[in-house]
Amino acid sequence: MDQIITAVIAVVGVPLVLLGYIIGGEQVIERLPGRLQDWARPYFWALPAVGFATIFMVYPMARTVVISLRNRADSDWATGVWGVFANYHYFFTFPDTLTALRNSVAWLIFYTFFAVSLGLVIAILVDRVRYESLAKIAIFLPVPISAVAASIIWKFMFDYQTPGTPQTGTLNALLGIFHRDPTPWLIDEPVVNNAALIFVGIWTAVGFCMVIISASLKAISSEVLEAARIDGANEFQIVRLVITPLLWPTITVVGTTMLINALKTFDIVYVMTNGAYGTDVIATRMFSQMQSAQYGRAAAVGVVLFVAIIPLLIVNIRRFQQQEEQR
Amino acid sequence: MSAEQVTTRRESAVSRSVSALDNLGYRLQRLPLHLVIIIICVIWVVPTLGMVINSFRSIDDMNNAGWWTTLFPPHGFTFASYQQVLAIEEVPLSILYSILITIPATVIQLTIATMGAYAFAWMKFPGRNLFFIVIVGLMVVPIQMTLIPVLQIFRFLHVNGTILSVWLAHSGYGLPFEVFLLRNYLGGLPREIFESAEVDGAGHAVRFLRIAVPMTIPAIASLTIFVFLGIWNDLLVALAFLGVSAFRPFTVVITGLVTSQGGGWQYLTAAAVLQMALPLAVFIFLQRYFVRGITSGSVKG
Repeated sequence: MDQIITAVIAVVGVPLVLLGYIIGGEQVIERLPGRLQDWARPYFWALPAVGFATIFMVYPMARTVVISLRNRADSDWATGVWGVFANYHYFFTFPDTLTALRNSVAWLIFYTFFAVSLGLVIAILVDRVRYESLAKIAIFLPVPISAVAASIIWKFMFDYQTPGTPQTGTLNALLGIFHRDPTPWLIDEPVVNNAALIFVGIWTAVGFCMVIISASLKAISSEVLEAARIDGANEFQIVRLVITPLLWPTITVVGTTMLINALKTFDIVYVMTNGAYGTDVIATRMFSQMQSAQYGRAAAVGVVLFVAIIPLLIVNIRRFQQQEEQR
Repeated sequence: MSAEQVTTRRESAVSRSVSALDNLGYRLQRLPLHLVIIIICVIWVVPTLGMVINSFRSIDDMNNAGWWTTLFPPHGFTFASYQQVLAIEEVPLSILYSILITIPATVIQLTIATMGAYAFAWMKFPGRNLFFIVIVGLMVVPIQMTLIPVLQIFRFLHVNGTILSVWLAHSGYGLPFEVFLLRNYLGGLPREIFESAEVDGAGHAVRFLRIAVPMTIPAIASLTIFVFLGIWNDLLVALAFLGVSAFRPFTVVITGLVTSQGGGWQYLTAAAVLQMALPLAVFIFLQRYFVRGITSGSVKG
């Protein structure tokens, strides 16, 4: 009951407090001398947002780098084989983390490639049929579903019973139709189970890629395509030589988003296998270190994850700067 | 180019080259296209459908035969799974906590973000570009990079394990994207409106509340849906800050059921359907806002 009251107070109170902050603050600022007023006002307005970002992102990032160089009790700098970088030495030599690193690379490559290319192919295909919007709804359906629910959905698909008993999992029942032995999809390591998990990731992401690619596909003028057809290009040539190059900027945007998602992958692996049978990825590895209070090691994993994202971060900032110049 | 345009273009080409046989040939040629699309759609829908059907079956049925057998009589549909999962005391409570986490967290971050976005869009100040580039960068920073220090901050403030802590954490993590998106939208509003309001003597508070906010409602609406569902579906933040507290939200409790109930399918199916009911309802009824939220986030960037 207390919780409900607090929540109601927050929902009503926070906007009211900010309203008061704006009106009250403006009252004060308007009394300031002209130049001071112009100087102070923007910072006053930006302060809550910038403050939140600083407390919950900028400061913790710096602190995480420091923690990654400290010992377990955070009482002194770390010592070990690589001296102060002992936690990183652990990361790059311990077999379990190496497995996680390998899996994350697999996610990075296969998840990104298949999510983007399937999104592109489906967007182009459904563009040519009358039931386009219906097909798009079907493909998009997994996007609003949480990774937790998606994982349970696929646990059913992958369900495995010992051979000879009725297979209640959809995929193993299908194998049974073709007189094949059931596969323990989530246990068979390292290829089958990781491929299965990555597929679940792709299943949830294709709708996202398709919607965005489809939006810019609609923006291609039909005259361009008509001209190509008159010149005698067949449909495959049109897709390869006209549509794909025109969509390339969108494909790179979607691709970077998918790369970032692949690196951050956590929910699906955590719910479906919790990293068992060699399915750990960097993000689940970081979490299990954190839960066993190995903060130094966990922080080192976080830093490695961040370093891997830096190139994508730079790409995003570059793209933003280019867009700003066009404004 | 719409699907209709394609077909009419095709149809005019067909009529020019006469003969009904050609028409048949053209349809046959398109058969693989339809097949591929339908197969993909089936793969994308059947898993969800299968689980929803399973949630209405008894545990004995689930253990003895796949969900597809229920499609033929005797169906044997039952609400037993729902009754059982809702009878677990922490499940209905966790749904309540999910709501109590999601709504305030959404309201808090969007009000703060709108205000910050206004400053970045319509005020000039030294360091504005630098601050904003930092915000663009923060959008992709993995949450993992911040979890431990934020946990320490919460411990220091004695709010660790409370619902308040996740309101704050979600707000901090969500703000960069929201400020970015709203600033782009606000910055696209016509300058003349703000200038004439300024000439009329309206201060920034009036311009913000009377002009900027009402004109930004479409963007805020899309963003609200997006943020709301993001928090409702979140697992990582909730696990990190509420994983062992009394206020575990629905996603965390379901995840707990997966590991503790081994083969307890009867709980999982019903719980998963309850969890995804809200996102699916939002998607189906507010489809336009939902898709707009996604496309505006990445294409215009």
